[in-house]
Amino acid sequence: MIFRKSQCGRRREKIFSNICILPSLAGVMIFFIIPFGIVVRYSLVNNPVKKEYVGMDNYKALMQNDAFRKAMQNTAFFSAIAVPLAVILSLGLAIILERNIRGKSVLRTIFLSPLMVPTASVVLVWQVLFHNNGTINQISEMFGREPVDWLSSPKGQIAIIAMFLWKNLGYNMILFMSALSNIPKDILEVAELEGAGGLYKFIHIKLRYLSPTILFVFILSMINSFKIFREVYLLTGNYPHNKLYMLQHFMNNTFNQLDYQKLSAAAVFFSLIMIVIMAVLMILESVFGKDVES
Amino acid sequence: MRAKSLDILLTFFMILAALLFLIPIIVTIADSFMTSGEISANYGAMFNNMNGSEQTYISENVNLKLIPDEVTVSQYRSVLTANPDYLVKFWNSVRLTVPITLFQLLVALLASYGFSRYPSKLKGIIFFAYIILMIMPYQVTLVPNFLVAKRFGLLNTRSAIILPAIFSPFSIYLLTKVMRRIPVSYIEAAKLDGANELQILMKIYAPLCKNALIAIGLLIFIDYWNMVEQPLILMSSDEAKAMQPLSVFLAQINTQDIGLAFAVGVVYMIPSLLLFLYFEDSLVDGIVSSGGIKG
Repeated sequence: MIFRKSQCGRRREKIFSNICILPSLAGVMIFFIIPFGIVVRYSLVNNPVKKEYVGMDNYKALMQNDAFRKAMQNTAFFSAIAVPLAVILSLGLAIILERNIRGKSVLRTIFLSPLMVPTASVVLVWQVLFHNNGTINQISEMFGREPVDWLSSPKGQIAIIAMFLWKNLGYNMILFMSALSNIPKDILEVAELEGAGGLYKFIHIKLRYLSPTILFVFILSMINSFKIFREVYLLTGNYPHNKLYMLQHFMNNTFNQLDYQKLSAAAVFFSLIMIVIMAVLMILESVFGKDVES
Repeated sequence: MRAKSLDILLTFFMILAALLFLIPIIVTIADSFMTSGEISANYGAMFNNMNGSEQTYISENVNLKLIPDEVTVSQYRSVLTANPDYLVKFWNSVRLTVPITLFQLLVALLASYGFSRYPSKLKGIIFFAYIILMIMPYQVTLVPNFLVAKRFGLLNTRSAIILPAIFSPFSIYLLTKVMRRIPVSYIEAAKLDGANELQILMKIYAPLCKNALIAIGLLIFIDYWNMVEQPLILMSSDEAKAMQPLSVFLAQINTQDIGLAFAVGVVYMIPSLLLFLYFEDSLVDGIVSSGGIKG
């Protein structure tokens, strides 16, 4: 052995750090990556026993499936509205709380608390609020408005968007609060000396510095938006109104039929969409956040 | 002066918003002290059309009621003593969530250490694959999970949910971001004192990441305490339904036994709410340090 002692130690340390990854890597391979390879394969064959290659047939069938299209549309619609709202509103809350308002820490606790409340525990209250003769309709009737059949009409989307925001705003707000406090004060002061207005400072300085956080919050909210099935399931069960029929409902039904081709094609298709969305977000961030990287 | 009146306005607005945020929690807790008669009088109309029963209620309106006419713990008594079903389901939730949280943290602690020490190209590629996997929703990952469970005969057992959950990469992503910011000088100093890698991991990295570990642990806990998707698919047989967690079962309670639903809801939120109140500062600190700011 011609290794000097320190080099030898370094090598052992490197090996140790590699070994640390192994348990996780083994689990990820066994439970996610390898079976996902099988999923991709299933999506290209006609049935799991015969395994004849059929090209894109399963995907074509999936695209023509009404239930899948409906589920895709509803899920996309929900995420397209709920995620940007979750970003903007939590940024708004963070900006207000940054102004040294009284009771800041109590407010922070209150906004964060829904994160730690199981949806199932409070679902009854949501049902009371959004019921036909429920609280929200009673209030809107006092103002002379027509009652809305929240949970069994297209307006149901509003109800689940409210539940989503309730749960997720606090977490996002915490991230924005810390990002806001990390913006270098001297830059803001210089801008002020040069006569920059509040709006200018916000758009040209704060937003730039916030852009990595905005991206992170956006991605987190997007991940969480696909869990909205929980709320919908607990509120309305397996067979909700048309507009509340989510992708997870479709997957559950397809699992029940044990239709592996359809399931696999849907999973692969959806994973591709997620990858495209991520790529777009990364490109956007690298364009917007460029100036700040120091 | 203008700024001051704006602050007052904003404070007022924030208090209003905070009250709105608290409504679901407060109503659930307050109503859990009502008699079941009072509950069905006020909320029973909700299920009138559902079961098509002929029962008549005081009003056909559903009245959100904050203060009980008569404060009683009878709901709790029935939940805790008369009807063991709920406690069994609660215990089911514990038996799923606790092992997932502990083992996922352990796997994540090791893996994040591996990723943050001695970076290499291969590690970078694996980490990137983890990020891709992390953004995949259940609609994607449950299909491979189902195939593995079926292949190894785990379907309709707890392991079908627990095993894949232990290896969920989300916690690794967050924790690695925190660990990468630990200054190299700390490690160099420890090495001079003769610490080996395992000691560096346990004596330096773990304590420095304490808040992040607590925060991630809480996030894992609540995510699985709240689980709905996985049991519906991985534990769907009639025998396995008896092992499903309370989070799935609560939706059915609401229609069957509305007089108890609030108390069960409170019992179910107590563990996570207590953890939250006790660890709030660590949670906030951990969220911030894993949040990608300066990351």
